Amino acid sequence: MSTPRAARTVIRRAHLVDARGDHGVADLYLVGGTIEGIGLGGAVDMEFDAAGALVTPAFLDLHAHLREPGGEMKEDLASGLAAAAAGGYGTVVSMANTDPVVDDPAIVAALVAKAERLGLARLRPAAALSVGLAGRQLADYAALQRAGAVMITDDGIPVVDSHLMRRACEYAAELGLVVQTHSEDPSLRQEGVMHEGSVSQRLGLPGNPAEAEAIMIFRDCEIARMTGARVHIAHVSSERGMRVIEWCKAQGAPVTCEVTPHHLTLDHGVWERFDPIFKVAPPLRAPADVAYLIDAVARGVVDAIGTDHAPHTRAEKDADVQSAPFGLPNIEVAFPLLYTRLVATGTLPLATLLELLQGGPARVMGWREPTLEVGEPADVTVLDVERAAPVDAERFASKARFSPWEGEVLRGWPTLTLVAGQVAFRRVASSPT
Amino acid sequence: MTLVGTTVQVAAAPRGPRARHLLDLRDWSASEIHALFDTTDVMAQVMERTIKKVPALQGFTVGTLFFENSTRTRLSFERAARAQSADVISFAAGASSLSKGESLRDTLLTIDAMQADLYVVRHAAAGAAHQLTNWTNAAVVNAGDGRRAHPTQALLDAYTFKTRFEGFTGFEGARLAIVGDVLHSRVARSNVELWTKLGADVVLCGPRTLLPSEFAEHPNVTLTHRVEEATEGAHAVMALRLQRERMHGALLPSLAEYRSRYQVTRASMRHARPGALVMHPGPMNRDVEIEGALADGPSSVIQAQVANGVPVRMAVLYTLLVGKR
Amino acid sequence: MTLTPKAELMDEQEIGRALTRIAHEIVERSKGTDALALVGVHTRGVPIAERIADLIERFEGVRPVTGKLDITLYRDDLTEIALQPVVRRTEVPFNVHGMKIVLCDDVLFTGRTARAALDALVDMGRPAVIQYAVLVDRGHRELPIRADYVGKNVPTSRAEIIKVKLREVDGEDAVALYEVGGGA
Repeated sequence: MSTPRAARTVIRRAHLVDARGDHGVADLYLVGGTIEGIGLGGAVDMEFDAAGALVTPAFLDLHAHLREPGGEMKEDLASGLAAAAAGGYGTVVSMANTDPVVDDPAIVAALVAKAERLGLARLRPAAALSVGLAGRQLADYAALQRAGAVMITDDGIPVVDSHLMRRACEYAAELGLVVQTHSEDPSLRQEGVMHEGSVSQRLGLPGNPAEAEAIMIFRDCEIARMTGARVHIAHVSSERGMRVIEWCKAQGAPVTCEVTPHHLTLDHGVWERFDPIFKVAPPLRAPADVAYLIDAVARGVVDAIGTDHAPHTRAEKDADVQSAPFGLPNIEVAFPLLYTRLVATGTLPLATLLELLQGGPARVMGWREPTLEVGEPADVTVLDVERAAPVDAERFASKARFSPWEGEVLRGWPTLTLVAGQVAFRRVASSPT
Repeated sequence: MTLVGTTVQVAAAPRGPRARHLLDLRDWSASEIHALFDTTDVMAQVMERTIKKVPALQGFTVGTLFFENSTRTRLSFERAARAQSADVISFAAGASSLSKGESLRDTLLTIDAMQADLYVVRHAAAGAAHQLTNWTNAAVVNAGDGRRAHPTQALLDAYTFKTRFEGFTGFEGARLAIVGDVLHSRVARSNVELWTKLGADVVLCGPRTLLPSEFAEHPNVTLTHRVEEATEGAHAVMALRLQRERMHGALLPSLAEYRSRYQVTRASMRHARPGALVMHPGPMNRDVEIEGALADGPSSVIQAQVANGVPVRMAVLYTLLVGKR
Repeated sequence: MTLTPKAELMDEQEIGRALTRIAHEIVERSKGTDALALVGVHTRGVPIAERIADLIERFEGVRPVTGKLDITLYRDDLTEIALQPVVRRTEVPFNVHGMKIVLCDDVLFTGRTARAALDALVDMGRPAVIQYAVLVDRGHRELPIRADYVGKNVPTSRAEIIKVKLREVDGEDAVALYEVGGGA
């Protein structure tokens, strides 16, 4: 019995870029799930033309809520991983706040197996820090890790008990697991639905002060320093919070941090419209916070962009601002949004943005940096930076077909994402002109 | 009269207030508010007659949507609608309808099938009335949304001041003191918006826990933590209701402490201007935020505030409904 | 909308003579000035009522009480119109019960204003009699209403407009006929 020849693919006229720089235009050859080389020629099974587009390693998201199991009306693995691929992502770390919670190795194994069958973006599940996210008892990290979990986190629910946090970090450090924290002090944030400040007071909406985040970030950084665990601070939203991280990093705390696309592009002024779509945790802050986060990104203080893609049904978001759930979908618009707002305007170099989507998150996890080198996994995405198109949530692969940026005209839309050399996403051309 | 073949261009009649809704007072100009007060004068006349009813809104339907209970406000709006011969449909939903899983939007769409021309909305969450305007073509009047706004209450407060302050010469230069739980008060927020728009100064007073410093950013608003400073030179002093549950949120040490420092009393009114009015948006905790004897005294216009609720709301309904087809 | 003048119908003297005649007729038909009241409909009915009251005072030595009536809240077209009419105060500073009331207005056309005015008056109490005086009756009634006192009957077409100007409101006294649209 003969072994079939491994499938061979070429992306022609690819403008090759990654965080290390611009590698010029060439034909990129992929074979059997890995990068074969450039300009090789020869017979191929699949052929794409990327003229005018950027070709770069597919992105890595350390923070997405894919909602399966239990929240399939909001999102499931198929829709969530398809959405990720549509956003140019090749790998996604899914959060554990599902129903049931991902605190059982069997659930981790089932998620990994199902994702492999889907053949979309790669899934790397996070598991719960505490059993049932209840904040009382440590989950079984070793067993969860064996089943495929790559991170532990109670994301969505801050860990209130500092002793539990300490012990979780000690266990995780022993296993080499990253501990991700949703750092907000619940007793200080109270029932806040938005950033506490001039807008919340004027609009009469309960506020959540930036200090609720900064205080908890400081605790988590201190515990990281104390235990030596790799603590990753999720979705930093405020100047105060970021300054605490900068200070703690300077003190040698083994912490990393991420910011989200929405905290880099929206501020609390959006609440004038009273639209619960903008209700996220932590909240959209003041313009000065947004400016500080962008500056922190530019200065290299931030390790990764984490989307905190948090889909909900439209009906859940059609509630009043107090009852509506926290979170918004963004994984499909993350790159074009940040490219258009920050790179195309000259605020950030393209290399910095790519670093935060590729090498940055990989280093947070202790993974190999994704590159276009020969022999690396054939996880690549093609980004159309020439054609501008508006955000059209109706066409989202995500089940959450609404967007805070609806109608905003962006450049840099992914047109093709290959994962292990297979097509995980290909944009169907919109109506011919 | 000359009749030498000139053609006369007839100007279009001036349009009424352009606001399609009354969600808060930001979108209403001072002149629109003065026009509303003039209409209120006429409505007050109607309410003084034996037959307290006019046919003006015959053929219009007003829906009251009270997601949060408030019998007083609902009755006041329903009276205002019926006194102008509008049909009224009432919907009262507790928190229960939300626990049934129906979204705010679906609740509205269900009711909107009955085709009201205007909705009066009360909701515990700020912005709810604003949200409903996205989902209906009817006009929307905010009857109180969370801590956000209660525009008709502010309108009736200002109207009461205008009609009851002896020697009223306008809002310019007038000074309103609001004392109490400003943080949680939609009445305070709407009165700040309204009185400053009309040219008055507003002094807000309360303990630091209940008086967010951000209010000082508002033009013509000053903050103080001392009642005597607040009432100094005031033309009107408004005490806000103190919710008893505030003691649990660590916002106040005790009722007795609040009373001793922030109760509006006959003594605190000595600093006010002669003839200053005492106001309270109700419902009142007698002898907590306001001294009972003061509430019953000659300077109190608390009953007039309640009575003015109907003509002010009649004027609001008339203004939003007539001439918009 | 363009208005083209067609004819001058009454000047200051003619208006004065018409109102004087009406004042005499009111006193005659009311058998004196007892319980007599004149209520003008906003806007131009108000000076008409005041002038008639002045005239009656001149011949009888007694001035009937007067009032101002705003009929906006009684209009039957409020659900249909595109522009909001300004509501004005009604000032009827006497008890209408048992009074002989003469409603005064400038022009009688469809009768709808008179209908609204009757309803507004009746809602204030129960007058003994209500009569109706107008400076001009131009025809085209849509309701079974007629005037008891008419200054001048003017046959018109529906495309025409009567404009009454009165000193107190417009700075001059005149009644003129205009054509809507057209123009030379």
